[in-house]
Amino acid sequence: MLDRATSALRGLGSRVTSRIWRLGFASRFLLATLLYSGTSFRRFFLTIREIYFTGVLSLIIILVSGLFVGMVLGLQGYDTLQRYGSSEALGILVALSLVRELGPVVSALLFASRAGSAITAEIGLMKATEQLSAMEMMAVNPIARVVAPRFWAGVISMPLLAALFSAMGIFGGYLVGVVLIGVDEGSFWSQMQASVDFREDIVNGVIKSAVFGIIVSWIAVFEGYDSEPTAEGVSGATTRTVVTSSLAILAADFILTAFMFRGA
Amino acid sequence: MNRMTLDLWVGIFVAIGLGALLFLALKVGNLSSANTGETYVLKANFDNIGGLKVRAPVKSAGVVVGRVGDIRLDADRYEAVVTMNISSQFMFPRDTFAKIRTSGLLGEQYIGLAVGGDTELIKPGEAVKKTESAMVLEDLVGQFLFNKASEGNDKK
Amino acid sequence: MAAPAALIECTPLRNQRIPAFVSNEPLVKISDLNFTYDRRPILTGINMTIPRGKVVAIMGQSGCGKTTTLRLIGGQLRPTHGEVRFDGRAMHELDSADLYAMRRRMGMLFQFGALFTDISVFDNVAFQMREHTDLSEAMIRDLVLLKLNAVGLRGAQNLMPSELSGGMARRVALARAIALDPLLMMYDEPFTGLDPITMGIIGQLIRQLNDALGGSSIIVTHDVQESLQIVDYVYFMADGKVVAEGTPDEIRASDKAYVHQFVWGEMDGPVPFQYPSEPYREQIYGAAHA
Repeated sequence: MLDRATSALRGLGSRVTSRIWRLGFASRFLLATLLYSGTSFRRFFLTIREIYFTGVLSLIIILVSGLFVGMVLGLQGYDTLQRYGSSEALGILVALSLVRELGPVVSALLFASRAGSAITAEIGLMKATEQLSAMEMMAVNPIARVVAPRFWAGVISMPLLAALFSAMGIFGGYLVGVVLIGVDEGSFWSQMQASVDFREDIVNGVIKSAVFGIIVSWIAVFEGYDSEPTAEGVSGATTRTVVTSSLAILAADFILTAFMFRGA
Repeated sequence: MNRMTLDLWVGIFVAIGLGALLFLALKVGNLSSANTGETYVLKANFDNIGGLKVRAPVKSAGVVVGRVGDIRLDADRYEAVVTMNISSQFMFPRDTFAKIRTSGLLGEQYIGLAVGGDTELIKPGEAVKKTESAMVLEDLVGQFLFNKASEGNDKK
Repeated sequence: MAAPAALIECTPLRNQRIPAFVSNEPLVKISDLNFTYDRRPILTGINMTIPRGKVVAIMGQSGCGKTTTLRLIGGQLRPTHGEVRFDGRAMHELDSADLYAMRRRMGMLFQFGALFTDISVFDNVAFQMREHTDLSEAMIRDLVLLKLNAVGLRGAQNLMPSELSGGMARRVALARAIALDPLLMMYDEPFTGLDPITMGIIGQLIRQLNDALGGSSIIVTHDVQESLQIVDYVYFMADGKVVAEGTPDEIRASDKAYVHQFVWGEMDGPVPFQYPSEPYREQIYGAAHA
């Protein structure tokens, strides 16, 4: 009985230690990535190439999802608001929920599964096929040449994608609310403008998406670089990227929201 | 993928991304309205500010002319001191009335400035003398019930 | 096959090397090298010498530590004990800038080529020139075509690595590895998975390139017959130790049981056919009684 209890405790302990060890390793990896970032900016073409793969190729999914989320918000919001006779506030509802929450969070989740997983799989495969080793033997640092440009491309793309998602969503809300249902166009926009604050709402939303961009890119490059160099290792790492970054996005969102919108 | 097409696509992406940000800032947010220009400070003391918040609008005849910059309690007189940042293009006479109003029944609270007829203007930094506190819903309901009750007493 | 010697002669980086070329000391000297991974000893007490201008083979079964030895020479791993000296300097004492400078003078051919799959054959070969030199694009183009010509694949310059056969990929990787005319070439299992013709081509290329570059080569392999034809000296490894060494003729004539089994591919010998297990009879009867 006592034996079983000690072994259970020991199992828990070793799991916690290994998690913490891995977190420390990931932090050192991030530090190295930042340290060797010079190349990604001196030879900006490397980063531009990765922006194409992470940002441009995520455009379609972000724009379409944004449009639909906005349209759903328009329908649901109208349904709820008109019970209280304040359907003119639809603009506020759509804009605030998109700019503050849904824009940054949903686009980051989509970004993690679209671009994050691709980054992990690519780096993992490069490791499995010894391309990273070969690079190292050619006296080229793979962190500077492969990891850092992908990391920065993710960090740059994320806020732009989130802004596109929000803009598209507001357009979707406008389409459903104003064009389809017939909420007054003037009050839709003016109420929105009166209660969405530039600093309080929009800048905070952009900050959120930038933080999410850092989190997703960091997790994606780390999981790829740290993956077991086998087929199962790479597929496992890709799954871990999506799961870990989704959880991290939601947790970080709570913390950021608690700091940013505490009333006032 | 050759370099030219790559550059072009990334260029398009960044341009529409920044465009979306601009759209959010100008069309959705109120960056374009008068909160970036020169402002001056006016003060006003209220017995009760109700639910007034920092950054709430200050309106005159329904037009936004500034925003609430700061709210604090005057510890000697137990009054709320509200600092307003008013756009420099608007000046108000000395007998201006500052009232805390609510937009709609449940909407946000704002400060309405009702202009009097005085020829002299309030100087920046000075306080608005005449103020009217927020209407607090509980007080109103309480007063209403009290009146009803006393009406009932009168009839007897 | 074009003679690579004349072609490689004109590469601009070549001049840097002349002092090293003149020196007598061996290019690589490994003394008392030990390496443990996870408290498991991989290499114990390795001593090797790679003289200048020679092709040396390291042979042994899979998992005996050959590839680990290559990684230690390249400075990708640090020895637990002992040292690897490359051109007179101990690899594990270098800081990362010096290590990278040292690696520019080494070339490595990986087992399956390890070509960068996202760029073309041309860009693969040009990779190191673009990373490490300030040569103009026109000059790089000429050099890349020279290197590709040396391996007979000038016509394949615009293909992507996924469009190449295994043998072609290995040759492109070879062209990439010699891009900066390294002093030391390392080959990790260069013959694995190739047909006899391609194997012969790669073998001849290794020898010709070595003589043309005037450097040294290390071949890690378990392909005995192919490599004995082209190398100058052989080290045999088993279980992380050097168990035999000598020139190809000495190896062929060796009467050491292990070497004999390896060279002639015998089924049973010092390396047993059976995976360690309890005696056959006991296991059968044990199972029947249970």
